[in-house]
Amino acid sequence: MIEIQNVRKSFGALEVLKGIDLTVQNGEVLTIIGGSGSGKSTLLTCINGLEPIDSGRILVDGTEVHARSTDLNELRQKIGIVFQQWNAFPHLTVLENVMLAPRKVKGMSKPEAEAMAVKQLEHVGLGDKLSVYPSRLSGGQQQRMAIARALAMSPKYMLFDEVTSALDPMLVGEVLDTLRLLASEGMTMICVTHEMKFAREVSDRVAFFHQGVMAEIAPPAELFGAPKSPDLQKFLAATA
Amino acid sequence: MFNYTFQWKQALARLPQMLDGAVVTMQVALLSMAIGIALAVVLTLFRLSGSRILSGIATSWVEIARNTPALFQIYMAHFGVASFGIHFSPWTSLLLGITFNNAGYLAENFRGALKAIPDTQARAGRSLGLSELQAFRFIVMPQMLRISFLPMTNQMVWAILMTSLGVTVGMNTDLYGVTQDLNALTFRTFELFAVAAVIFYLITKVIQLGARLLARRMFRY
Amino acid sequence: MFDTALSANDLIFLAKGAGMTIFVTLIAVFFGTVLGIVFGIFRYQVGPVIAAPLTFVLDVFRSIPLLIQLVLANAFLGMVLRLGLSGLTVACIVLTLYTSAYCAEIVRGAIESVPQPVRRAARSLGLSWRQDMTNIVLPLAIRVGLPSWIGLSLGVMKDSALVYVVQVTELLKSTQILITRLQEPLLLLMICGAFYFLISFPVARLGGYLEKRWTHD
Repeated sequence: MIEIQNVRKSFGALEVLKGIDLTVQNGEVLTIIGGSGSGKSTLLTCINGLEPIDSGRILVDGTEVHARSTDLNELRQKIGIVFQQWNAFPHLTVLENVMLAPRKVKGMSKPEAEAMAVKQLEHVGLGDKLSVYPSRLSGGQQQRMAIARALAMSPKYMLFDEVTSALDPMLVGEVLDTLRLLASEGMTMICVTHEMKFAREVSDRVAFFHQGVMAEIAPPAELFGAPKSPDLQKFLAATA
Repeated sequence: MFNYTFQWKQALARLPQMLDGAVVTMQVALLSMAIGIALAVVLTLFRLSGSRILSGIATSWVEIARNTPALFQIYMAHFGVASFGIHFSPWTSLLLGITFNNAGYLAENFRGALKAIPDTQARAGRSLGLSELQAFRFIVMPQMLRISFLPMTNQMVWAILMTSLGVTVGMNTDLYGVTQDLNALTFRTFELFAVAAVIFYLITKVIQLGARLLARRMFRY
Repeated sequence: MFDTALSANDLIFLAKGAGMTIFVTLIAVFFGTVLGIVFGIFRYQVGPVIAAPLTFVLDVFRSIPLLIQLVLANAFLGMVLRLGLSGLTVACIVLTLYTSAYCAEIVRGAIESVPQPVRRAARSLGLSWRQDMTNIVLPLAIRVGLPSWIGLSLGVMKDSALVYVVQVTELLKSTQILITRLQEPLLLLMICGAFYFLISFPVARLGGYLEKRWTHD
């Protein structure tokens, strides 16, 4: 369970998170929608401790992420994150990209890590690209590799930060299919996305962020069917 | 045409001794590069550490190495440290001087290379649970070395050329030192140093060629 | 350490050495740059095949220790040709050629960095080769080449420490002479190093600044 309690976060004078309260249950798929600058991506990087927060608490399975005593490297093994820019490691093959963290962080043996990597790469449909360098892959394939790379750490939670935003429209589908697959397998996921159709399909709940505040949260049918706030109505009208 | 009789045979007769010297030259240069690269990585980490003292040490090292003559650095390693009662052999002083120089120049190259690697690379590594040092070691450093490969090759050539300075602190087993000693015996200055020049030239070409082949094997991405 | 036998006369001796370092550097950088520009443009203009002999010779200057270049030139001009040139003249000739070899490389690289479409556009507007060179290529190439050229000039200053081998008493040689006499290596070396550093460091910074400024726009 991920519990976010009254989290505030500023970059200089700009307050990007103005007291967020949110709980994500195990097995839940939550999508976050909202305009740019609404703070939705920042929240994800705070959840796995890549960004510090100014006040409030984030608890992952009861462990406070930003407490001094927390071993972030250990905690991050539980929380996979995939970014808009897929950040393939260019000097490693696809297989090595996925094997790196299991070997170095979890201390897996080489055959063990390789088996895990092959399994995850096959899972996202890249079983035939193992020994290829990322520069030979399309954006969509690189993004799926990034997903496999995160999955190889057997995370309990997966965070997706606009993973299709930097892709050619042609390649969006294959990545969304991968996310759908994970959702159907019961992975706990938080997805920041601009893909409304996807949000409507896979989410248990959808949250709408606006100017650093979580303006609305509801099951998709309700949120998309009967938006309450004028801001959300405007946002949906603009993205439709 | 010339009022001078070239006596190449005399010089060529000494070729085996000079080639022995060339081996010493290559040893010193290779060793100074290996240690220099390791030190440059450490200096780079110092500069990234955020600690004022560590980055101050690294910056001083880099700036002194880059802004004083290599010969001065070798003098320092030989005559300078002698003031503290430390007496290095010519071989050690030469190695220390060149290594100091290599590390400084390479650290500066590494800094340039780091600018070409997006922060998001280390960040992606951190998000997988790698520690800061692991992210540097496994993700950033290999890319940094890849980008710096050509400057490293140039520095290796420099290291070869710099070994000739050892003679100023009494080194006489390297290619230049051997040639100098032979010159004192035979006075065939032009012929002997011309042969030495050809050997130096061939060594640098072999290094450049070898580096190109190595790069093709190592960097397939 | 400050209780020293170093006298005012010794300092004047060092200053003379420093003067010699600067003199040799200025000569070599000036003539080496002129030659380097000629060589660089020639190499670019005639293409790699015709320029191959020149390319080879210039590469030799960059592949052999400067110390050997000086010894060889001294022996060739003195023992073979018996020209009776002073050590200073030999030093200036060798350093000039040495500088030109590196400078030609910088010039060629700088010209090549000017995008072909830009030049084609210039020529299509009716500019002659000469006008294209002076109005289009030169301003753009200088931005690319100048930082490297500054680095080269500083390199020549540091490398000029090797002309001692042809009996020119520049700064480092002066220092060494005093070390032998006064037996105070650390102090003397620090003075000598400080001199190089105080010239090289600010100029190198300027080069870095120009490079940063020019690559951003």
